[in-house]
Amino acid sequence: MWELIRHGLNSSKPFPRMWHTHDLKDHYDVVIIGGGVHGLACAYYLARDHGITNVAVLDKRYIGSGGSGRNTTIIRSNYLTPEGVLFYNESVQLYQELSLDLNFNVMFSQHGHLTLAHNDSAVRTMRWRAEVNQIQGVDSRLIWPDEIAKLCPQLDLSDHPRYPIQAALYHPPGGIIRHDAVVWGYARGADVRGVHIHQMTEVTGIEVDNGRAIAVQTNRGKIKAGMVLNATAGWSTLIADMVGVQLPITTHPLQACVTEALKPFLDVIVVSGSLHVYVSQSDRGELVMGASIDPYTSYSLDSTLGFLESLSGDMLELFPSVSRVKILRQWAGVCDMTPDYSPIMGFTPIEGFVVDVGWGTYGFKAGPVSGKRMAELIATGKTPDLIAPFRLSRFEEGELVGEKGAASVGH
Amino acid sequence: MILLPCPNCGARNVSEFRFGGEVTKQPAPDQTTPASWARYLYMRKNVLGVQREWWYHNACGSWFIAERHTKTQEIQSTYFYSPEK
Repeated sequence: MWELIRHGLNSSKPFPRMWHTHDLKDHYDVVIIGGGVHGLACAYYLARDHGITNVAVLDKRYIGSGGSGRNTTIIRSNYLTPEGVLFYNESVQLYQELSLDLNFNVMFSQHGHLTLAHNDSAVRTMRWRAEVNQIQGVDSRLIWPDEIAKLCPQLDLSDHPRYPIQAALYHPPGGIIRHDAVVWGYARGADVRGVHIHQMTEVTGIEVDNGRAIAVQTNRGKIKAGMVLNATAGWSTLIADMVGVQLPITTHPLQACVTEALKPFLDVIVVSGSLHVYVSQSDRGELVMGASIDPYTSYSLDSTLGFLESLSGDMLELFPSVSRVKILRQWAGVCDMTPDYSPIMGFTPIEGFVVDVGWGTYGFKAGPVSGKRMAELIATGKTPDLIAPFRLSRFEEGELVGEKGAASVGH
Repeated sequence: MILLPCPNCGARNVSEFRFGGEVTKQPAPDQTTPASWARYLYMRKNVLGVQREWWYHNACGSWFIAERHTKTQEIQSTYFYSPEK
């Protein structure tokens, strides 16, 4: 606080750099490809919990320029599968302590999360999710329109809409966060512990010798690597191709947009599974809105009018009062979708090449826990129990983790 | 907006179509192993470049193949499936 005032009054003394630039070293114990929240969190926990500091984080652009800076920042743990709930719940707990842990305000505000049900089968699924959540100790319950009206009077709860709201899954610990701060906080935490962050460093190839990944070729030179982690989300199959590992992943764009800033309007985060809309109000007052992934695979980061039209139509079904509010910005990110809407974490047939991919539309909220558990996996050479269900070999073994509590995907 | 030329109806807005995923080759069911069948079911090339993929036109009910660039969205050609190609 005093620091902030001091720097505000004295502009000749800029804030110190939060992370530094380095020359590429010849050798790193761990090379992490992808400088998003997953890669940086993994580097941070490797250094903090396991004393492994000879680590490089590579990003082809600047850190947080992919999904970590393009998501709608919603954090929750009210998933459907017990595996998913346990996992995301640990992530929510880590996010709760993150500001203190990183000594950086990530502005996590847990103001509650409503998932609306517009028909009988959705009500049934919400009831199912509430039961699974409660068994795992996650605060989550089914509420009816009278209680929804108290939490969110702006919603059209009448029988006028095409799909009237019948019930909602209420998840009080759900919240939103400042996603850039999470990326920067992890980057600073990793940097002070000796991790090298290399921005504008694109991986062009990975050398494999005798079934083992030994070196990473970049546009700035070659790095020998003890272990390589692929944490590149939408681009993960392109990296895996370099070592000849095939992944069950297709890349889809996911778009989002914000409105102009409004006065405080919306306390809770509102999600509608049937209409594929989710909306929250940011600290700056903008309504942050998202919908489904684009219905065809693509690496394009272009915005489409079709998305904006369908999202706006669905938004007005829920909130008729925002019909005069203007859209300010629209953007897209690319998501690595898996067949069962669950991530892929762990070892691959290539030794020394591990993956933390398949994060689809739900990667940001899992950043801390996946970073922590991937760090444990890399440090100990063993798969932690918590992430064992998400192993790559589950597809051959027929043990998929069908996560129908995932957002932005049709079920 | 992408205009997708249906081989039956001509160019239409992509919202009229359903995407069917990249073209894959089914292994002979009587000769396959569980591993190769799982590969066929789940593993994808997910190319950044021109992809051969299935599309379905809701209006006329035909399935066809498009060759589309997955970054620029340029459609190089569309045609009905034939086993030789």
